[in-house]
Amino acid sequence: MAAVTPLLSTRGLSRAFGGLKAVQEVDFALPEGQIRAIIGPNGAGKTTFVSLVCGRILPSSGSVVFDGRDVSRLPAHKRVRAGIAYTFQITSIFSGLTVFDNVALAVQRHLLDDREARPTAHALKEDGMAALEKTGLAAFAEKRAGNLAYGHQRLLEVAMGLALKPRLLILDEPTQGLSDGEIDSFIALVREIGRDATVLLIEHNMDVVMALAERITVMDQGRILAEGTPAEIRADKAVQQAYLGG
Amino acid sequence: MRDARSLWLHAAVILLLFALNFLLPEYHRGIFSRVMVLAVFAMGYNLAFGYTGLLSLGHAMFFAAGLYGTGLTIYHLGWSVWPALGAGLLAGTLLALVIGFLALRTTGVAFMIVTLMFAQVFYLTTLYFTTYTRGEEGLVLPQAMRTLALPGASFSLTDPTTRYMAALALLTIALGLTLFLVRSPYGRALIAIRENEERMRMLGYDVFANKLGSVVISGLICAAAGAAYAVLFGYVGSGFASIQYSILPLLWVLLGGAATTLGPFVGTLFMFYIIDTASDYTTAYLLVVGLALILLILYFPKGIAGTVRERWLPWLP
Repeated sequence: MAAVTPLLSTRGLSRAFGGLKAVQEVDFALPEGQIRAIIGPNGAGKTTFVSLVCGRILPSSGSVVFDGRDVSRLPAHKRVRAGIAYTFQITSIFSGLTVFDNVALAVQRHLLDDREARPTAHALKEDGMAALEKTGLAAFAEKRAGNLAYGHQRLLEVAMGLALKPRLLILDEPTQGLSDGEIDSFIALVREIGRDATVLLIEHNMDVVMALAERITVMDQGRILAEGTPAEIRADKAVQQAYLGG
Repeated sequence: MRDARSLWLHAAVILLLFALNFLLPEYHRGIFSRVMVLAVFAMGYNLAFGYTGLLSLGHAMFFAAGLYGTGLTIYHLGWSVWPALGAGLLAGTLLALVIGFLALRTTGVAFMIVTLMFAQVFYLTTLYFTTYTRGEEGLVLPQAMRTLALPGASFSLTDPTTRYMAALALLTIALGLTLFLVRSPYGRALIAIRENEERMRMLGYDVFANKLGSVVISGLICAAAGAAYAVLFGYVGSGFASIQYSILPLLWVLLGGAATTLGPFVGTLFMFYIIDTASDYTTAYLLVVGLALILLILYFPKGIAGTVRERWLPWLP
């Protein structure tokens, strides 16, 4: 096998909350361009693990390497600017602002970092609308975000992540609470995103996981239990016992 | 469209205030001069509290830093007005930088307490150095030293018209600065931090640095008001550093409308006239003020300008 440096890797990554070891000694590698799903029962440490990756919480021990650079001690906002975007499990949008203004905040940050670009009204509009069109929200641009239907709020969450033009997009249970129809279009959207970015997806809905993931990582009790292609994971005895209900 | 409308509105307000200089009776002209300077204080407070969501209970120290920075250099060092104003601005800005750096490690109630405590330290410091500040009794700046030199002319700031125009000029600058700031990308980021700090962090914004910037600009504007107060009204006393002057801008802003550009001025003016009118009739005027505030919070929870924006003029910045 060719030794390709992964876009994201962790070594011995651990985090304890008091006596609870939420994530223990996780060694993880994610090659560029992949769509990876992390599955596992509730309390397996999935959200804690991705929070360690994006810097929302700091590790007790271990390291996170992104794009060849150790980011373990970087604060969250610097990791975002390095290219790691995180969309929240619990919808976290600016409900008092319009849909466009929500996305514009992400675009503005991205443009400020880009030395060639300037956050002109025109550039904001162009990039912001592009992210909204991708997610199918363009028609709601002038609507107050708080007045959107729940499914659309979830999409707005993704649109904000997209507008950052990340290299790694972390989606934390994005389909939670969506209808079947919405889930179908969501799958198509993530495939589309997967062409430009690496995607790390935490998901409970196995149909979504099987449809999207190129590889699956299974977590249980803060550790990685198994990793493989969807077919391998489906056949894995330990996984069936721990999670799929055997 | 939207931009043009609000620019015209602000220009109209400034023009109206300009015209009032010639229309108002002497007594009310005096009140307006004072209100305009204190409204600038409220505008500075509004930037931190209204737009950034930082409920500080210590902004009197920034106003007082401007007041003392200017007043003491004039009184004790004999500086002329311009450099003394510069000293006031510098004092307030530096103080805001240090206090912001320390206090912004906390949020919510802790932030209120920490700012309150720092302001109290500042207040007690002005009392401690009574030899120089004369404490509560304060200093009266000699009239001869309150002269503003401009190229080709010099104006005595004790003259009512000069004083009114100087206050109006300051108000215009502060209003323009606020308007510019809140519509800039930076201002949008501050508002978004107020709405959802964690989300902003995960959009790549350095929340601490943005808030610190807001506190420093806020401190600068408040110090400008304090510095102007010293030279325009010639009195520098510890009373302005007391807790009362930390609460007042909060009330003015709430009354006028938090996170509106014109609200602080409207609120300050309104409060002055409630007190002025009520004290004509009764010595218990604070009771009237309290009642007015309760009614306002009940029926106009977003303040005067905030309610106008909500009901009739959604484009109001």
